[in-house]
Amino acid sequence: MFSNPDLWKFIFGRLTWQDILPETIVVYTFIVVAIGGVAIVAAITYYRKWGYLWNEWITSIDHKKIGAMYMILGLVMFVRGFSDAAMMRSQQAIAFGANQGYLPPHHYDQIFTAHGVIMIFFAAMPLITGLMNFVVPLQIGARDVAFPFLNNFSFWMTAAGAVIVMISLFVGVFAMTGWLAYPPLSELPYSPDTGVDYYIWGLQVAGIGTLLSGVNMVATIIKMRAPGMSMMKMPVFTWTALCTNILIVAAFPVLTAVLALLALDRYAGTHFFTNTGGGDQMMYVNLIWIWGHPEVYILVLPCFGVYSEVVATFCGKRLFGYASMVYATIVITILSYLVWLHHFFTMGSGASVNSFFGITTMIISIPTGAKIFNWLFTMYKGRIRFELPMMWSVAFMITFVIGGMTGVMLAVPPADFVLHNSLFLIAHFHNVIIGGVLFGIFAAINYWFPKAFGFKLDQFWGKVSFWLWVPGFYLAFMPLYVLGLMGITRRLNHFDDPSLQIWFVIAAFGALLIGGGILAMLVQIGVSIARRDQLRDVTGDPWDGRTLEWSTSSPPPEYNFAFTPIVYDHDAWWDMKDRGYVRPREGFRPIHMPKNTGTGAILAALAVAFAFGMIWYMWWLAAVSFVAMIVVAIGHTFNYNRDFDIPVETVVATEGERTALLARHA
Amino acid sequence: MLRKLLLGSLVAPAMLALSGCNMVVLDPSGYIAAQQRDIIVISTILMLLIIVPVILLTIFFAWKYRQSRNAEYRPEWSHSTRLEVVIWSAPLAIIIALGSITWVSTHTLDPYRPLERISAGQAVTPQNKPLTVEVVSMNWKWLFFYPEEGIATVNELAAPVDRPIYFKITSSDLMNSFYIPALAGQIYSMAGMETKLHAVINKPGVYDGFSANYSGAGFSGMNFKFHGLSEADFKAWVDKVKAGGDELSVSTYETLAKPSSNDPVHYYRSVAPDLYHDILNRCVGHAEPCMDKVMAMDHGHKAEGGGGADEMADMPGMAHHDAPEAKGAGSNAAAATGN
Amino acid sequence: MSTESAVQTAGQPAFYVTEEEHAHSSTLLGFWIYIMSDTLIFAALFATFGVLRHRYAGGPTAAEVLDIPGVALNTAMLLISSITCGFAMLEMQKRNKGSTLFWLAVTGLFGAAFVGLELHEFATMIAEGAGPQRSAFLSAFFTLVGTHGTHVTIGIIWLITLMVQVGRKGLVHENARRLMCFSMFWHFLDVIWIGVFSVVYLLGVL
Repeated sequence: MFSNPDLWKFIFGRLTWQDILPETIVVYTFIVVAIGGVAIVAAITYYRKWGYLWNEWITSIDHKKIGAMYMILGLVMFVRGFSDAAMMRSQQAIAFGANQGYLPPHHYDQIFTAHGVIMIFFAAMPLITGLMNFVVPLQIGARDVAFPFLNNFSFWMTAAGAVIVMISLFVGVFAMTGWLAYPPLSELPYSPDTGVDYYIWGLQVAGIGTLLSGVNMVATIIKMRAPGMSMMKMPVFTWTALCTNILIVAAFPVLTAVLALLALDRYAGTHFFTNTGGGDQMMYVNLIWIWGHPEVYILVLPCFGVYSEVVATFCGKRLFGYASMVYATIVITILSYLVWLHHFFTMGSGASVNSFFGITTMIISIPTGAKIFNWLFTMYKGRIRFELPMMWSVAFMITFVIGGMTGVMLAVPPADFVLHNSLFLIAHFHNVIIGGVLFGIFAAINYWFPKAFGFKLDQFWGKVSFWLWVPGFYLAFMPLYVLGLMGITRRLNHFDDPSLQIWFVIAAFGALLIGGGILAMLVQIGVSIARRDQLRDVTGDPWDGRTLEWSTSSPPPEYNFAFTPIVYDHDAWWDMKDRGYVRPREGFRPIHMPKNTGTGAILAALAVAFAFGMIWYMWWLAAVSFVAMIVVAIGHTFNYNRDFDIPVETVVATEGERTALLARHA
Repeated sequence: MLRKLLLGSLVAPAMLALSGCNMVVLDPSGYIAAQQRDIIVISTILMLLIIVPVILLTIFFAWKYRQSRNAEYRPEWSHSTRLEVVIWSAPLAIIIALGSITWVSTHTLDPYRPLERISAGQAVTPQNKPLTVEVVSMNWKWLFFYPEEGIATVNELAAPVDRPIYFKITSSDLMNSFYIPALAGQIYSMAGMETKLHAVINKPGVYDGFSANYSGAGFSGMNFKFHGLSEADFKAWVDKVKAGGDELSVSTYETLAKPSSNDPVHYYRSVAPDLYHDILNRCVGHAEPCMDKVMAMDHGHKAEGGGGADEMADMPGMAHHDAPEAKGAGSNAAAATGN
Repeated sequence: MSTESAVQTAGQPAFYVTEEEHAHSSTLLGFWIYIMSDTLIFAALFATFGVLRHRYAGGPTAAEVLDIPGVALNTAMLLISSITCGFAMLEMQKRNKGSTLFWLAVTGLFGAAFVGLELHEFATMIAEGAGPQRSAFLSAFFTLVGTHGTHVTIGIIWLITLMVQVGRKGLVHENARRLMCFSMFWHFLDVIWIGVFSVVYLLGVL
């Protein structure tokens, strides 16, 4: 058909038949994914749900639905990231001596790179963003975020980034560079394939989404708080969300810039990070960590907020030391910019520079320690209900301090010289990311799920998941501390010394338990949906909550609050209940809301096409989709008719239903 | 002395418990690594002072104040100035102690600092001249030059016991990290730049060395053995290399530079002149101008253009790598020393 | 929000607002935050340029390739366009559609002249063998200056779009808000350019 090779090359760039489904394992994966995908598409078509999906979800600018979509994206990508982890663990458990294992370097190196990239950018980030999206407007008594369309666009750009990375599983290869793609390894001479390009464009596209969502959230929190909610009356979760989004706005531009420079090196032959022409690889390492370190706090701060909400709620007690909690958050936010060099003490900086960054790093442990104590003294003389969110919080407090301790050890440069890049380091950051971020997300999912969907999550399967996860975590990562002290470095796909094997086998068993925990979590969601009528939350306040989101119904109406609440205390809803608040039943008015739009999804789809064109050197595709993006974006600005009023009858009907429901269950 | 006792009494049981496996980082054979181990132990103990009570209190409060026990309940109690002072100042005190240790130890254990002692009680004497080894990380093997002995080896390193070793480290292409856990902490190797490490091995033996920074497909096999030898054995080892080795000419180097993995040990009895210098300056075979010449030229331009690079020297994060000829030339941040 | 508009039952504070709030727009704040983050992209590029500014790799130096008189003219174009953009805003405040459009067009023309001169400078340098691939210094130069130029180009496209929208709909509330954002963006580019001019050009040849 295409006998002319030039034409073929023009149309398909460097894409050839060999690039599609390059590995046997990938073929099986593809078959499973394809069957699953076809089944889902068929089901949607059979039940005629395409219109519903498009109108109610894809084009939705409702922050609650966007938040839910972020969470779904994050969980799906989390499962993908975990599959990578499971493959690594099993490879390392068997590849000793003569046994080379089942993953050659070419494949193994893609897997650990993908694991890191996916877990940070496409699992943790969407989960955190989704949480903030759902909770923050409800907590501050707002009806939506400041820029609802932008919110939809941000979500779809994040999803587009995830799609780009997922395409690399089946077409071509992913980066084989490690999750930060250090040059010169990530430069064209050493990584000539598509891997690093998938990496660059996936992150750039998702990065735009993250940055815009950060702008959106900061504006929302600053401008849209309910009357009376001064800064020091904001719920702690909202405070941490504010700090996290400030960090996003201040850190992601650096990532955008440094990835753009790497792209220029690869596409335009410039000399930013090359070995030749005066390039400087150390500059890349500095710049990427100037983004990378704040990124860690972007992930963990909102989880600190979650723990603050959960501990106060389930201890039935005001949060101990609200003010010091807030100041600790602010101090961490600022300090997170002054520590990046601790990621490369071994690059040959002088002793004074190294000790400066080592000490600033340790200083972060002071406000973090203060936070831990605050949660501890919130429990003191409380009345603790061990529901799932509280269980995760206690597991967090014990696990996180261990990770914090090893983190401070790594912050001491002479200690870092022997522990850097070792499995000790891997154990440390999984200790804080799983123990800090992931446990927080699990607490949050169990805590806010009834608010989002109107029914609680099943407790039995939640406990099964908890008791698989927590021991699984310790079994999977404590051996890595030991291996690190045995001088074993990271990212190895084969070992000579058979005496190490037992530790890797224990770690693999831990990963197996974690896999069980994930499975139990999926079962928990399924069982909860099946049992939703027994688990129904009719009150809107299933946990005897303290903040405003618990004052409205579960799930909240499209407009969140029929009347904007007035706030007198940082535990606004607790305060309202305390003073005998009566829910208004009349005087409703029409509510002004923004309209749905498909522009965000269309722009994101074009971004995927653009990135695919750039990755495979299909320049026509990149050019066409780039121009199309500009045209669609400009076209969108010609639409002046973006809002509508929810008629008063609808509000009256919705609120009336709730009144009746509350009366039935009174 | 007191510190030693304290260390001994606390560490010994832990060491015994884990003696089943060879924790080389906690039981090294070189003086530098031993001091780095001490730092790990001291910082762990300091932090346990606060970690252990926190964990115990968490478990205790979780048990004591659970709903079914009906313990004292004070839902509005949320502030205590005295408690707040304690929870901020206790970590602060620990960090002040740890910070001081960090400042001092980072300076004394700076890999760029020539050794003053070869073990706790033994100062370096003028007779005990350091052994210089030039290290090149290649794809994916290690090349070691012994400039004084005029020999080179691939994937095998040897040094006499109790004699300071001065490593000069660079890379042919990719970023690696030169690490022998039993000897001393690691340091990156980067193309076009030179990093340094001063260390000493105190016990004869064969130790593992490897790259600790992922560098692509052959990374897992980028290992070598480090032999700590007596002075006489070291001489014999050098003679063995001289007797059994090949010649490392520019063309042999170019063949060697082709990517390969799990390379066997190889000896070179002689080395082409200035080969390490040319690798460092990316001009082996002189097809390209050497980087030190180019930098000197750029530096000349800079003299006309006004001093701008000096401000770079103060920028944290810009490492102090020396390219030998251009040392102090300043126009290249790689050459501009960080301090 | 005054408490008078809030419900007050006997002995209790008001818990909610009964009057619908006036729609307070967050657009200007949001746009400010965006500009801050864009500034950080430039900050990263400036830092890169600072590190690489003497890495000539044996190639041409700043003093050899930079054309100060040309760039002075260029700078004048951009500064004048900032002033004319200010005039457009003043006319907008007076709800003067015709002269707003006129001054916007003038702004766009000066902006286009700036981009044209910059492209000419780039073309000359590349023809002389001083393209971005020659040395790290030139890579950093083209990237920093080019990123600014790309921003100006985007600004011009935005400006044309806004002119069409003002032409069609007049100076309605939405368009006025967009013009405010545009003028912030345009002045921001001016500020960045002053940094580029000082750091890249003046420090380069001094």
